[in-house]
Amino acid sequence: MSLLEVERINTLYGDSHVLFDLSIRVEQGEVVALLGRNGAGKTTTLRSIMGVLAPKNGTIRLDGTPINGLAPSAIANMGVQLVPEERAIFGGLTVEENLRIAALTAPNAWSFERIYGVFPRLKERRKSLGRTLSGGEQQMLSIARALIRDARIILLDEPFEGLAPLIVRDLVNIAAGLAREGRTMIVVEQNVAAALSFATRVYGLNNGHVVFEGTSAELTANPDLARDFLGVGA
Amino acid sequence: MPSWPALASQAFNGLALGSLLALVSSGLTIILGTLGVLNFAHGALFAVGAYAAFVLLQYTQSFLVAIVIGCGFMLVLGFLLERVIIRLFYDRPHEDQILVTYGVGIVLVECVRAIFGGNAQRVPTPSWGQGATQLGFLIYPTYRLQLIAIIAMLLAGLYLVLYRTSMGLVVRAGIENPRMVGILGINLRRTFLLVFAIGVVAVGLAGMLYAPVVAVTPDMGANFMAQSFVVIVLGGLGSFPGAVVGGLIAGEIVSLTSAFNSSYSEVMLYALMALLLVLRPQGLFGSEGRV
Repeated sequence: MSLLEVERINTLYGDSHVLFDLSIRVEQGEVVALLGRNGAGKTTTLRSIMGVLAPKNGTIRLDGTPINGLAPSAIANMGVQLVPEERAIFGGLTVEENLRIAALTAPNAWSFERIYGVFPRLKERRKSLGRTLSGGEQQMLSIARALIRDARIILLDEPFEGLAPLIVRDLVNIAAGLAREGRTMIVVEQNVAAALSFATRVYGLNNGHVVFEGTSAELTANPDLARDFLGVGA
Repeated sequence: MPSWPALASQAFNGLALGSLLALVSSGLTIILGTLGVLNFAHGALFAVGAYAAFVLLQYTQSFLVAIVIGCGFMLVLGFLLERVIIRLFYDRPHEDQILVTYGVGIVLVECVRAIFGGNAQRVPTPSWGQGATQLGFLIYPTYRLQLIAIIAMLLAGLYLVLYRTSMGLVVRAGIENPRMVGILGINLRRTFLLVFAIGVVAVGLAGMLYAPVVAVTPDMGANFMAQSFVVIVLGGLGSFPGAVVGGLIAGEIVSLTSAFNSSYSEVMLYALMALLLVLRPQGLFGSEGRV
């Protein structure tokens, strides 16, 4: 049994149908990348899993238990954690308060020290208000909020978007470190090279359908594939 | 041109009015910020608080005991209103929420009128607040000075709840981004009951404390509610520091203007709000985003 099974879900934004019978699965300890053009349905897939946008039909199972239709808070408490594209840091709360609120309902929450071990920069800024952080720091904090909850599966939505190359490199190293430790993740990313550097398997999405499924190695070996199916350069 | 002692006296009146507005508006703004509901029954609850003090004083003969029991009464009333009515309107459009809270306000005011009649009632100043205090440059009613100090302590208490407790953390985060609070595993609705009740207690307490200073009538809250709407716009919707600072500014503007010409005091308040909306639409302490 896979850790996460998404089976033939259909998700709509109002009247517009975004995901069509979409199915993916993620094994324990695996990092899966969702790639595709803008509007392919990658973010919508993550939001459907998190329960922010409930699928109209189909099933999503975590460890065999259906979670579709539950509130995001209930899904979070089962161990799923979305790190949203817009990062959604609480700007009026300090870094440490952002971490504290994330840890509030997590039964196996990490200590601050353990989180600061992964993100030393956040320790330096622990008393700063969220709104004073740089983009890179906000992204670190957003990932740290998922980690401190000891999430079983982390959904990273465009974690490297809009960040300077040096910061992207740091974040990729952190993500690769988490992957090595066996942290299960789904990553949505336009920066295909960065995503493939730590993802093991790939789903290609187009117009709300899965159009490609394979290993990162396969995609790296066939750059044409990425171009043709996904409109992205590997 | 009014004399200096008269101006100083008005400045103190402004402080008393301002701290009261700060307390009333704090309740209004945390309910709005957390629940997303603009509570139009807030003014009526102010009057209910004042009448609670009126009744309880007759039975207990002690202002302090009356206020403690009165807070318990407001807490229960807040719980009941949230569970029985407000809760059903969280997923409804804002128009419906405004209509239902406005309706609750009318019902409360008319209940008060039915029980106590429309004539003004007088609540005596507590024994420890009689007389006037010599401030050197000015003689000022003792109870009003105490009122300022008591409200300052209450606001400090509210600050501690909001900034030093887990519930306060959830409330502040929820005001900013309720969806993300849910994504982090917190069911925000569970705090709604408590936040609504705290807001009701705050406004009820303001009514109780203010009762000895004014004529207690069923409609006494209407003007306060209008002013506290201005306050939360000035301070920034959902901002507790904004409600406090906005309340003090509004109190001073109303009081100091009436030292010159009382018919302009309200006009000045709304003029300031209009000016601020042009220069800084999010309010003094507000950030763009949720309304």
